[in-house]
Amino acid sequence: MNQYPAWKYILITIILVLGAVYALPNLFGKDPAVQVTSARGFSIPADLSTTVDDALVVAGVDYKSREQIDNRLLYRFNNSDAQLQASEAIKEALGEQYVVALNLAHATPPSLRAFGGKPMTLGLDLQGGVHFLMQVDMDTARGQQLDRFVDDIRTALREEGIRYISVRREGNGLLMMLRSEEDRARTEEILDTNESLVGLNVREIDQGENFGLSATVEEQQLLELQQTALRQNITTLRNRVNELGVAEPVIQQQGAERVVVQLPGVQDTVEAKKIIGATATLEYRAVDEGHDAYTAAQTGRVPPESRLYSDNEGQPVLLKKRLIVSGDQLIGASSGFDQRTGQPQVSVTLDGVGAGRMLDFTRENVGNRMAVVYIEQKPGGRKTEEVISVAVVREPFGKRFQTTGLDSIDEASQLALLLRAGALAAPMEIVEERTVGPSLGKLNVEQGFKSVVIGFLLVLVFMALYYRVFGLVADIALFVNLILLISLLSMLGATLTMPGIAGIVLTVGMAVDANVLIFERIREELRNGNTPQASIRAGYDKAFSTIADANITTLIAAFVLFLFGTGPIKGFAITLSLGIVTSMFTAIMGTRAVVNLIYGGRKRVAKLRI
Amino acid sequence: MQILKGNSNFDFMGRSNIALILSAVLMVVSIGSLVTRGLNFGLDFTGGTLIEVTFPAAADIEQVRTNLQEAGLNDAVVQTFGAASDIVVRIPPRSEEESTAEISTVVLDALQTGVEGEVEMLRVEFVGPQVGEELTEQGILAVIYALIGIFLYVMFRFQWRFSVGAVIALIHDITISMGIISLVQIQFDLTVVAALLAVIGYSLNDTIVLFDRIRENFPRMIKSDPITVVNTSVNQTLSRTVMTSLTTLLVLVALFVFGGEIIHAFAFTLIVGVIIGTYSSIYVASTSLLRLGVSKFDLLQVEKEGENLDSMP
Repeated sequence: MNQYPAWKYILITIILVLGAVYALPNLFGKDPAVQVTSARGFSIPADLSTTVDDALVVAGVDYKSREQIDNRLLYRFNNSDAQLQASEAIKEALGEQYVVALNLAHATPPSLRAFGGKPMTLGLDLQGGVHFLMQVDMDTARGQQLDRFVDDIRTALREEGIRYISVRREGNGLLMMLRSEEDRARTEEILDTNESLVGLNVREIDQGENFGLSATVEEQQLLELQQTALRQNITTLRNRVNELGVAEPVIQQQGAERVVVQLPGVQDTVEAKKIIGATATLEYRAVDEGHDAYTAAQTGRVPPESRLYSDNEGQPVLLKKRLIVSGDQLIGASSGFDQRTGQPQVSVTLDGVGAGRMLDFTRENVGNRMAVVYIEQKPGGRKTEEVISVAVVREPFGKRFQTTGLDSIDEASQLALLLRAGALAAPMEIVEERTVGPSLGKLNVEQGFKSVVIGFLLVLVFMALYYRVFGLVADIALFVNLILLISLLSMLGATLTMPGIAGIVLTVGMAVDANVLIFERIREELRNGNTPQASIRAGYDKAFSTIADANITTLIAAFVLFLFGTGPIKGFAITLSLGIVTSMFTAIMGTRAVVNLIYGGRKRVAKLRI
Repeated sequence: MQILKGNSNFDFMGRSNIALILSAVLMVVSIGSLVTRGLNFGLDFTGGTLIEVTFPAAADIEQVRTNLQEAGLNDAVVQTFGAASDIVVRIPPRSEEESTAEISTVVLDALQTGVEGEVEMLRVEFVGPQVGEELTEQGILAVIYALIGIFLYVMFRFQWRFSVGAVIALIHDITISMGIISLVQIQFDLTVVAALLAVIGYSLNDTIVLFDRIRENFPRMIKSDPITVVNTSVNQTLSRTVMTSLTTLLVLVALFVFGGEIIHAFAFTLIVGVIIGTYSSIYVASTSLLRLGVSKFDLLQVEKEGENLDSMP
C-alpha cells in the first residue's frame, strides 16, 4: 500500500545526517581570540609563535589553544579579559610589522571542522560593526590621469630637446602648442611610441602661427584606468583596514564605481571612519630657491615652473612643479622622536623607483630645501594642499629618511599610519554608512532568537492540536526543515542578519502550508468515503501540483528580491528561497516517509487520527 | 480539532458585490492617504543621517539641542525613544557637497559635550543623496519585475485570465498595504519593501492554491456554471486558507512582539499584507476571474496544451 522503497529512506537518512553535521557547529559558542597576521600580507615565520608565547608568559596570560591557519596565528582564551591583556602584550612584543586583531573564533570541535563545518557568521546588525559604501570620484580620477599625461608629455619633450610653447589640460583632453611643423611631427612620433603615453587619440590643429596638437584619451583606456583606480583603492583600503586590526573585514567592489567595506566588531567607529575615509597623500617637492615666495604671493607673478603653496601657518612657499616622489612610492613609515632634537618625526622608506628619484634629486641639491606637501581630497573634487614641512637636504639620501616639523607625536603617528596605508588612486567618499554598536547587536541577537523560538513553538502546538498524529508528523518535518535550512546557510557561508532571521521565521510559518494542503486533502478524501490508505495516497498526489505552483511563484518573488536587493534584503531573499526548497523536501517527502512508517505497513487502518 | 467543517458552503460569490464595494472603498482610502499624507519615507530613501545613543543617565534634551546647535547642526531633530536615556538624532539630507559621513562624528562629539560618563553609540546610519534615489528606483523596479515574472508564470501554467486575476489581486494587496502603512505613518524603509515583496509571494500562494482547485473542478463540474465552480473551489480550499494564514500570523505576531525595534515595520507590513492577501485571494482574484469571463473552455484547452503530469487523477 503506502510504502516507500528503501532507497528513499536511505536518501532521507543521508540528507538528515548531512544536515545535522553541518548545522551542529552553530551550537558551539565562540572563543575570545587574538589573531596575528603580517601587516603586509607576508607569511608568518615559524618562530613567531615562540615570540608570542614568551610575551604571554611575561604578561602572565594563559591561553586555551594556539593554531596556525594559512598566514594567521590564532590564540584562544578563556575570557575576554585575558584576550585584551594578551592583545596588548602581543602588540608590544611584535611591533608594527604585524596586525594584532581581537577576534571571536568559533569553538567548533576539530572533528566537525574536518567536514568543513562552520557556523553561520553573524551580520553587522547582530554582532555590531561598521558598514561603509564608498564611491570613487571618477571625474577627479580622470582629471588626475590627464595631469599625469601632461607631466609625462612635458618630461618626454624635454628629454628629446623639443622646446614647446605649452602643454596643458583642455576640458577632457590635452592641448600641446609647438613652434614648428617639424617639432609637431616629432612630438606626434613620441606620443605614438612612448610606452607611458598609450591610448591617446591625437589630432593636428593650427592656431595662428602655432602648430597645435589636441589629444583625447580613448574610451577603452579610460575604462581601464577606472578599473585600475578602483582596484588600487581596494588594495589601499585593505591596507588601512589591516592597520585597524579587524579580524574578518569584507572589502568588495560593488558595481563599477563603488566599494563595500564591512568591519565586524569594530568598537571605535569614529577612528575607523577617519582612517578609512582619509584620502590624504604626500608629495615631496623641491623648493624654488631662485625666487622669493613672498614677492610671488604679493605680486601674483609665479614663475612658470613653480607653484605657490602655503604652510600650516599660512605663510607662502614656492615649490617646483616637478614632483620628486609621491605617496604611492612610499612603502613604510613609522613615528618616533628625533634623537637630536627630541621633535616628533616620521621615518619614511621608499620603493626602488622612489628611492632612485630621491637619490638623484638629493645628490644635486645638498644644501637646498625640500618640502613635503600634504594633500587631502575632499568630496566633490576639492582638495586642500598644505606644506607640512620644509627641510634642508643635509646629505644625499634615497631609500630611508626622516620627516620632521610635526606638531605632536599624535600627529606624527597619525601621519605615519596614513602613509603606511598608502595613497588612494582616486578620491573616495562614503555614500552610505550603517554602524551598529555592540550592545545593540547583542540585543538584536537575543530578540531575533527569542522571536524565532516563540513563533516556532506556537506553530508546533497549533499543528499538533489541529491535526493530531499528522500534526505531530508535520512538527517533526518543521523541526527538520529548520535544521536543514540552518545547515544549508552554514554550508554556503551565509551571513545571518536580522532580515535573515525574519526570513527564517516566515519560512517556519509558510512551511506548514504544504502540510496543511496535504492534510486538508486527506480529510476531504476521507469525507468522500475513501479508505484511509487511499485517502493518504490521493491527498499527497493531488496536493503536489498545487504545492509546486504555489512555491514556484513565491520563489519568483524571492528571486526578484535577491536581484534588486542589497545587503540585508539579499539575506532575507536567500533564507526565504532556501526555506522554500527545504520545506518542499521535508513537508512532502519527509512527512510521507513518516506517515508511511506509521500507517503504510498495516493491512487495515480503521481510522486516521487527522 | 477543526475550525471549519470541511463541507462548508458559504455563498462567497453571491456576496461578491459587497466585497467589490469594500475593496473599492479600501482602494480609494489607500490611494487618498498615499496622495495626501504620503509615505513616511525612512532614511534609506530620503538620505540623511540618524544617530541613536544611550546616555549614562536620563538625557537633558534641551542641553542636547543646544549642543547640536552650537555645533552648527540647526536642522537636527532630537527625540527620545524607549527609555529616557535613549536619544535619537535625525539630520535631514543636504546638498551633495555637504552631505558627508563626517556629520555623525560631529553629532557624537556634540552629544558627549558636558556629559559625565560615556555616551554609548547604538547605531549610526548615513545614506548619501545619490544612494537614496537609487534605492527608490530599485524598489519600484523590483515590484514591477516581480509582477511581470508572476504574470508570465501563471499564464504558462494556467491561462491569461488567471494571470490578470492574480496580478489584479496583487496590485490590490500592495496598494492597500501601502495605504495602511501611509495611514498609520509607519516608517517606510528597505525592510518594508522586502515585506511587500514577501506579501506578493504570500498572497500569490493563496491565489494559486485557489486557481489550482478551480482548474481541477472545471472538468469535473461540467454542468455547473463558472460561478458555482469558483464558489465550490473557494469553499473547498477555505479551511486550508484559514489554517495557513493563522500559522503565518502566529509567527508574525511573535516577530512583531519579540523581534525588537528594527523588525517592527517589517512584521507590521506582513501582518497587514497576510490579512489582505487572504481576503483578496478569496474575493478579488476569483471575482476578477469571473468578470473576465472565465469558462470551462479556457482550461480544457490548457489541459491539452500543458498536459499536467500530476494534477489529474
